[in-house]
Amino acid sequence: MRRIVVVGASAAGLAAAETLRREGYDGTLTLVGDEPHAPYDRPPLSKQILAGEWSTEQLPLRPYADLDALDLDLRLGLAATGLDVTDRTVRLADGSAVPYDGLIVATGVRPRRLPGEGAHVLRTMDDALALREKLTPGSRLVVVGAGFLGAEAAAVAWRLGCEVTLLEPAPVPLAHAVGTEVGRVLSRAHRDNGVKLRTGVTVTEVTHGGVRLADGEVVEADEVLVAVGSLPNTEWLADSGLAVGDGVVCDQYCEAAQGVYAAGDVARWHNPLFGVAMRIEHRTNAAEQGMAAARNLLTAREDRRPFAPVPYFWSDQYDMKIQAYGHLRGHDEVVLVDGDLAERRFVAAYRTGEKLVGVLSVGMPPKVVRGWRQAIAAGTAWDEAVPAGRPSAGTTKVA
Amino acid sequence: MRVELDLPKCVASGQCVMAAPDVFDQRDEDGVAILLQEQPDDELLDEVREAVAICPAAAIRLVEQ
Repeated sequence: MRRIVVVGASAAGLAAAETLRREGYDGTLTLVGDEPHAPYDRPPLSKQILAGEWSTEQLPLRPYADLDALDLDLRLGLAATGLDVTDRTVRLADGSAVPYDGLIVATGVRPRRLPGEGAHVLRTMDDALALREKLTPGSRLVVVGAGFLGAEAAAVAWRLGCEVTLLEPAPVPLAHAVGTEVGRVLSRAHRDNGVKLRTGVTVTEVTHGGVRLADGEVVEADEVLVAVGSLPNTEWLADSGLAVGDGVVCDQYCEAAQGVYAAGDVARWHNPLFGVAMRIEHRTNAAEQGMAAARNLLTAREDRRPFAPVPYFWSDQYDMKIQAYGHLRGHDEVVLVDGDLAERRFVAAYRTGEKLVGVLSVGMPPKVVRGWRQAIAAGTAWDEAVPAGRPSAGTTKVA
Repeated sequence: MRVELDLPKCVASGQCVMAAPDVFDQRDEDGVAILLQEQPDDELLDEVREAVAICPAAAIRLVEQ
């Protein structure tokens, strides 16, 4: 293999490129990114950057010297527009075509938007800087969507002295991901800190000076942030023959077609540890999957390894550090296994079928949480992991 | 080789501890990483490179002396 193209120059794409070099690949390595910036980190955008605590100089994932050392054919500010898997070429927005022997697709996601104009989204460095500029003390911010991103942005804006309203269609924020009881506990932090949280309200459009709800009510705001999830960037693959369905569909090796792998937010692959297909928009998964895809691309087919990680994410909101391991979605039961929910210092364990599939912790010592991670990685049976008689943190049955 | 840890960037994920347990630990109070060996033995360097690669805060660097 003498020509490898990595499309997507964020965490997953960079991890793939670095791993290819680390594993000894010394051919041409093209890294394509649609943003003009060198690879940078996204989690701080809704935290330190939005808060004004960091400058953008702290965002690059690697110093320039480390990027240089990778000897990349770096194509920044240039989107991929098409893929031909027969000719093995990637088409770019400037009309050029880049041939490859191996390809890694890491084009990520973009924010879902709402009808109407003038709202902020929060995905890129430029998005974060544009919003940051508007978060002056006393200004009114409406955040649409009380998921992790919306919750983090609301917490930062509140700290900056903004008057924050958080609008969420579900009765309990995050319930689909973490369960009703845990979602209730986490969202209580908004109200305790003076952020106005309204649940069960659907925003239909962004208007001049606010947002309109499904019942016609207008919620006024100086600025609006829409944080209602993401869409995988797969349009450029439309005529490629790759299977696309809420992400690039891959097997357990992260392979989408012979010699074509996908990684990061855009990849939907079969995770054998949980026995389900998943697409994960977490920072740690981007790096781990980028590495796994790169290794499998270079390895003889019979020696490839399934990508079977324990997903991990964290979220910083107010004084809470939330951490979760595993695949919580679609769980059958949640049980409090350590600490106290009301004090927002606890570990909750998640069961799907007969297995321990996840834990979520707030403010607990790292060794405790890592122990639970090990249990998930080992595929531990629920009965063994969670002794009977623990207080339940609410049971959510999912059909 | 020397390990550099950018503490203000650390997000307390503990990924480094899982990748290279002889080189990294975490503080009990907030989970922030602790560097146990600034100049790890050669046989640990592969683990450290893994930690550099998976650190979700890009807070670890391995530099030539």
